[in-house]
Amino acid sequence: MCFYSKREYLIVIFDHISVVAAACSRVGQRVLHLDRRSYYAANWASFTFNGLLSWIQQQQVSETQDWCDLLEEGEELIQLSSQSSIRNLQVFTYTSKEDEVEEASADSVNTTEEEQHGPGETRCAVGSERLSQEVSRTHHSLQHMEIPAEGFCSLNISPIFQSQATITEGAEPEAEQPQSPAIPSQSEPSRKKISFAQLEKEGRRFNIDLVSKLMYSRGSLVELLIKSNVSRYAEFKKVSRILTYRNGEVEQVPCTRADVFASRQLSVVEKRKLMRFLTSCIEEKDDQSAYNGRPYLEFLRDQKLGENLQHFLLYSIAMVTEDTPTEVGLASTRNFLRCLGRYGNTPFLFPLYGLGEIPQCFCRMCAVFGGIYCLRHSLRCLLLDTATNRCKAVIDSRGQRISCSHVLLEENYVHERKNVATPPRFLSRAVLITDSSLHGSDSEQEVSMVTIPPITEGAPAVKMVELSSSTMTCMSGTYLVHLNCSSVSSAYQDLSPLITTMFSTPESHDQGRPSVLWCLYFNMEDGSAMEVEGHDLPSNVYVCSGPDGELGHEHAITQAELIFHKILPEEDFCPPAPNPEDILYDGGSAPSSGPEEEPSLQLEV
Amino acid sequence: MTKKVHLKTRKMALQTHSTDKREKLLKKKKEKKKENNSTNTQYDSKKHTEGVFDDEALQLTQQLLSSNPDFATLWNYRREILMHLETVKEVDEVQKIYEAELLFLESCLKVNPKSYGSWHHRSWVSARLPRPDWARELSLCDRCLSLDDRNFHCWDYRRMVVKMFNVPVDQELKFTDRLIGSNFSNYSSWHYRSTLLPLLHTTASELPPMQAESPKSNRVCEEQLLKEYELVQNAFFTDPNDQSAWFYYRWLLGRAELEEMISCLHVSREEEQVAVVFSRPVNVQSGCLLLVLDGQPHAVEWKSIHPRFKHSPICNLPPGTISEISNEHNLTVHWTEKHSRKDCTLFTGHAESWCQDSATDQELFRSELSVEKNSVLQSELQSVQQLQELEPLNKWCLLTLILLMRALDPLSYEKEMLAHFQTLKEVDSMRSAYYSDLCSKFMIENTILKMEYAEVRVFSVSDKNLSTLCHLDQLVLVTHINLSCNQLLCLPPQFAMLRCLEVLEADNNSIGNLEGLYHLPKLEAVILKDNKIATLADLEPLTSCPRLKRLDLRGNPVTQLANVESELAKLLPSVLDLLL
Repeated sequence: MCFYSKREYLIVIFDHISVVAAACSRVGQRVLHLDRRSYYAANWASFTFNGLLSWIQQQQVSETQDWCDLLEEGEELIQLSSQSSIRNLQVFTYTSKEDEVEEASADSVNTTEEEQHGPGETRCAVGSERLSQEVSRTHHSLQHMEIPAEGFCSLNISPIFQSQATITEGAEPEAEQPQSPAIPSQSEPSRKKISFAQLEKEGRRFNIDLVSKLMYSRGSLVELLIKSNVSRYAEFKKVSRILTYRNGEVEQVPCTRADVFASRQLSVVEKRKLMRFLTSCIEEKDDQSAYNGRPYLEFLRDQKLGENLQHFLLYSIAMVTEDTPTEVGLASTRNFLRCLGRYGNTPFLFPLYGLGEIPQCFCRMCAVFGGIYCLRHSLRCLLLDTATNRCKAVIDSRGQRISCSHVLLEENYVHERKNVATPPRFLSRAVLITDSSLHGSDSEQEVSMVTIPPITEGAPAVKMVELSSSTMTCMSGTYLVHLNCSSVSSAYQDLSPLITTMFSTPESHDQGRPSVLWCLYFNMEDGSAMEVEGHDLPSNVYVCSGPDGELGHEHAITQAELIFHKILPEEDFCPPAPNPEDILYDGGSAPSSGPEEEPSLQLEV
Repeated sequence: MTKKVHLKTRKMALQTHSTDKREKLLKKKKEKKKENNSTNTQYDSKKHTEGVFDDEALQLTQQLLSSNPDFATLWNYRREILMHLETVKEVDEVQKIYEAELLFLESCLKVNPKSYGSWHHRSWVSARLPRPDWARELSLCDRCLSLDDRNFHCWDYRRMVVKMFNVPVDQELKFTDRLIGSNFSNYSSWHYRSTLLPLLHTTASELPPMQAESPKSNRVCEEQLLKEYELVQNAFFTDPNDQSAWFYYRWLLGRAELEEMISCLHVSREEEQVAVVFSRPVNVQSGCLLLVLDGQPHAVEWKSIHPRFKHSPICNLPPGTISEISNEHNLTVHWTEKHSRKDCTLFTGHAESWCQDSATDQELFRSELSVEKNSVLQSELQSVQQLQELEPLNKWCLLTLILLMRALDPLSYEKEMLAHFQTLKEVDSMRSAYYSDLCSKFMIENTILKMEYAEVRVFSVSDKNLSTLCHLDQLVLVTHINLSCNQLLCLPPQFAMLRCLEVLEADNNSIGNLEGLYHLPKLEAVILKDNKIATLADLEPLTSCPRLKRLDLRGNPVTQLANVESELAKLLPSVLDLLL
């Protein structure tokens, strides 16, 4: 029935492990990618507002069945549990549920026909909503595919791209605005309250990530995107500023020459000391190694930098805690400085339409080179050859047997097979939709990274990312705020005290701060805590961990490369894909003749 | 139902062009273009010589210029065509043609953003456009400068647009704020600021009209100045190695321009000679200087004091005019060009007379940074000292510190100044000679000041590491000069200004050139022990000094020459006391 079940696959990949899939597919391996969910990228996914609401509802259904009748002789079964890695979901809506009638009618004049799903309608038809979004996404990305890549080493970063483009068009200073029709009532300075109904109606403007990360501009993800040419499937925006929360105030962290020059909080002497410290940090010196093992804060103190600068350097630039050892703090500071200035005044990039774009880009790359994707398709168990202790095949949720030579799984499917039972660590996450930015500036479209040191003794340090609508992750007039820290207790307990002090919620009653319209708390399993090794599994079954709590993507990319080299020790990891202009499309000769047809791929490089 | 999602839109055969193939294609394309170009160029020049000014020619030149916008002849041709079209077409049509021209120029600027031809043509077109859209031009400049903030073509064009569009000065100042904010290592923006500030915040209106005419009127008002000091301090504290901010800082602290006038007049009864010194080196036509003696204008011939130094003229009076010692004479020299004059009375029984502006009163040597008030200078000195404590080896900081100290009090900071110069020579050894010369200059200035306070005519700077001589025009009245134990290489032509010099001590230097000892009427003794005088020709200038009696040449290579004594006796017969 299903064509994919009859073929033998080299690799079956389950769930979100898109980078490995792309890498394998790129070097000619036949890849089948199954995902039990209806969306790509598992815990790395992004959702529209409505999509997220249904994700919240759907959290967790699982069943176990006996599949022994499909066994062949000399085979054994490994049951795959599907324990969810999400816990303690809590949702708060701080905005009026119902829309004012007059306003709604006024707004609907401005919205296009496509967007006129009523809130109720959208709810019922989650599936079709998802589908249509998928289609529009694909469409959107294909458009990007047709833009000839400008060069091997350049990512398309929209502000630069646009500033060049607008020279030809003449004076059009507001070219950066997304095409979304701004609803007049929101652009008024009086900041009219946005209702829940409006959020739902404009839900498609949101792309809410389950993870909260940024891309270091010289991090391994950016290097991989460039190296593999996958960058052409996405566009990026510079994170425009780095903020920190200190003494109850949000302050901008000066980290580049221009920032230090323009900073109003620093005295000229502090400016000099900061610049000197940052320049001297780049080279390794003997007096630094003397501090190895001692806290970084102690090192900073001995540099006679003063309170202000210590705070900035420790929490915002090195992004470490008070007891982090000096060598780690310095390495982290160096990494920050190394990434500065490649694309902008901060070390970070953020993909337009959210982080969920990145795994999708790799999926696209995988598919372009013949990989097959099946969504809403679970794996139930693995079939083992008892003689060789290798996995011969897998059994899917509809009881079909799929032969394969390698299997790649997300870690929490094989929890029970662990040798050592380490209790899982969790991340505390919160997602807020707010109505204004934490730190006002000339531009409404800042993308900010906010570092928040522990507010009380023993509380975790929180990393916060505030996204404006220019990143295409929220509707205009709102800001999407992601908070992330390693869990001490539940997400709500970890993060809500901070949120009530920094934002205005019904509990805080403090005006003048950005008010929270909607808020989601959840805990997610920390991928970095999971052991990829040390499972009692067949040699050709590989395990990949979920998202980790760090800001960058180093963990995921390193792991992907490691797994790839285990599967294919001889092959190059993600070699550059050819430019579209170098590809000759064999137009008429290859109609969809049948499922058995080999994906034809000739590369005469 | 299982949803099968194919991200692949259609089955396709991927095939890459081999790199060879691609290069070949490109090459072919290029060759074709080249061929096209050369035929076009021929065709064009033919058309040009024939005086064809039609749309087709416009098209052709456009094709050529879009691939090479630096073809000046073609731009000229294009301008001729456009000027011709202007005469035959309606205004609206002309407007359209020129607008199209501007669009075309934008594409040329993308090919080469620093093309002289394109920018020149753009300003030409903008000026001729019947209804120019200057706002658009201004935003074009903004864009170009945001891509390359040092494109001087664009800066020039911007100045032109600003002038034509009458952009308010404060708006332009805000523009420089923005540019400096994004990159403060850009002297173009700082400089633009320095041209705008005096226009906006001038103190001229507050001054009485008389003073307003003086060169100091271009100063910026104090409130704004304080803001500027803060801005520029932010810059040099952030990066003290960046010179843009330091240069701007020096501009802010101000450089007083000395008024051009006659600073000294010297009359010698014996030589019947009048010497004139100006406050700044100026070339004065002899017709502009008028000598009035006892109320009678005298036609005299002004000649330069040295063939290679033309700034301070002298004149000889007709013999017998003032030679009678019992007569008193009143002399006035008028500089008709600048309405400057100097009076001087030669009293009975006096052999000479002079009238000189005092160096202290005129604050001659504080001109580098003298305009600012003492209080401001003092606070600036403190903040630069603060920076120097943090960055003890930064050359810009040290140099600025020296200049500030000199502006405040040259004599009391002498010791610190010398120490800073020493550090400067060590940290910036590539420019150690520059620092030596600057230090020499400052040491000479200090010595002149001391001499003036002591009211003597003896000038002594021995053992001060002097590498050069300057301010010699301030030494007209000096009778005795001691330059021993320095690193001087020559006595420059300006040395001929020392009209009253009797004794020159210059032992232990490296002097090999005496060209400044030229027609010094009173020079009697020259001590040149241990120097580098190698030939008799080097001593040639001494023959012009009529009273030379004593010459010490011990330790010079010239003494090793054969027959040196007899040769010298022949060359300088007046010298009685010769030490070899």
